[in-house]
Amino acid sequence: MAADLNAFVTEERIEGADDADGPLADATVAVKDNISTEGIRTTCGSEMLADYVPPYSATVVDRLTEAGATVVGKTNMDEFGMGTTTETSAFGPTRNPVDTDRVPGGSSGGSAAAVAAGEADVALGSDTGGSVRCPAAFCGVVGIKPTYGLVSRYGLIAYANSLEQIGPIAGTVEEAAAALDVIAGDDPNDGTTRDLADVEGADPDASYAAAADGDVEGMTIGVPAELFEGADERVVETVEAAIDDLEARGAETTEISLPSVEHAVQAYYVIAMAEASSNLARFDGVRYGNRAESDGNWNESFAETREEGFGAEVKRRILLGTYALSAGYHDKYYEKAQDARAWVRQDFEDAFDDVDVIASPTMPVLPFELGESLDDPLRMYLADANTTPVNLANLPAVSVPAGEADGLPVGLQLVGPKFGEETIVRAASAVEGR
Amino acid sequence: MSDTAASDDGEDEPAVDAEEVRHVADLARVRLADDEVDEFAAQFGDILEYFEALDEVPETEREEELVNVMRPDEIEAGLSQEEALANAEETEDGFFVGPKVS
Repeated sequence: MAADLNAFVTEERIEGADDADGPLADATVAVKDNISTEGIRTTCGSEMLADYVPPYSATVVDRLTEAGATVVGKTNMDEFGMGTTTETSAFGPTRNPVDTDRVPGGSSGGSAAAVAAGEADVALGSDTGGSVRCPAAFCGVVGIKPTYGLVSRYGLIAYANSLEQIGPIAGTVEEAAAALDVIAGDDPNDGTTRDLADVEGADPDASYAAAADGDVEGMTIGVPAELFEGADERVVETVEAAIDDLEARGAETTEISLPSVEHAVQAYYVIAMAEASSNLARFDGVRYGNRAESDGNWNESFAETREEGFGAEVKRRILLGTYALSAGYHDKYYEKAQDARAWVRQDFEDAFDDVDVIASPTMPVLPFELGESLDDPLRMYLADANTTPVNLANLPAVSVPAGEADGLPVGLQLVGPKFGEETIVRAASAVEGR
Repeated sequence: MSDTAASDDGEDEPAVDAEEVRHVADLARVRLADDEVDEFAAQFGDILEYFEALDEVPETEREEELVNVMRPDEIEAGLSQEEALANAEETEDGFFVGPKVS
């Protein structure tokens, strides 16, 4: 079955530490192929890195194996994390285990498919604009995007540094939270991680897994109309039913407004593409990665290497990012996107003065059919409307299965304040307990 | 504005023409095939038009809680030369071999 889904790019094992007491003893973990594994090729779903073998492992991988988990393979993904369907991989698309004519979502589609198909207990994804939550929603599993700075990005092959976080995907909220317990925490190799002892209001000894107790009595849930507008009716009905159930379990819901999110997708793509154009400049075929046969000079050889090595979506984003940063357009696109980002952050902060979590559909649509969105990049970008605001604001969020519509999974997204992982885990566990 | 992709139904022309796509591709050091240039020109028009909505965003005060993260400047273990060179297509005497510069 796994071969049919194409969930893995490379199936090689890294055995966990021989410690029967480790919190993840006997657990199997699938790792997205943009997270470095020493001695095991790490391709980013790209021809460019098809033969790249990292000389070191990412901090998160070391933490998982130290906790007893066994890595079972590297999962398929949209090339360099750029996509919402896992169809832009140089190694072919992954299929959704729920319906193999449909996409698993992206860009961590291989990770979500591996968990949904029972090929791994837990998987790691990376979430730049929704890439953990989207495939979790489409495959009917749980995905957590942590607060920016909670989880080390050391060894994650960067696409848009200011937005992305590594996050766990699992079959249940408690399992995902247990994996987060293992990977979270300050890392001297990543200056953007935070020591929770220095964060006001955060509990450095928090156990996210223990927070999955289903107790939402007295919790206040904000429901923003903006994140329901334009969504598929079947998605809205399923998500509303799940929110009603939370109310029945003692939570209080209140309508809120987040006017800034209407501009979040644009801001997200401008910032992500700008950062991508800079980050991906390192792929010149000299120090690592495939190099084109070329008789030309440095610049010509560089351009030919990148023509051969990158797929269409990656080229599209590098070019648009270069455009948005170029003289004459910098103020129009990039500066405005930064304003929008600040506005989104402010909007969420204001909302969290009144509510504990914010609920919405994770994806405004049901899983796409394979091939459906490939020729229309803008349509694919719009599908990220509900997930991207969270990355712009650096907040934590979880996607938890809310039910099914026409036999397809629908995800409920719960967003929390900075380092409010325990609250979103608690609320999500109540959703799955209904 | 482009005059290469004018449509019959009087819709707005794409904001980007093939020449502009080639120029940006050149800046980004990505060679493109001709059909890719045309496809991107059409798509960039739509995408950039969509990005225009950012014009409506009010100027917002950007308060970032930024702190410098420093560590002592001490030599730490790193990659060996062998490891650093292991993924390079071409090496010589412990160096990377790059394409000629001009």
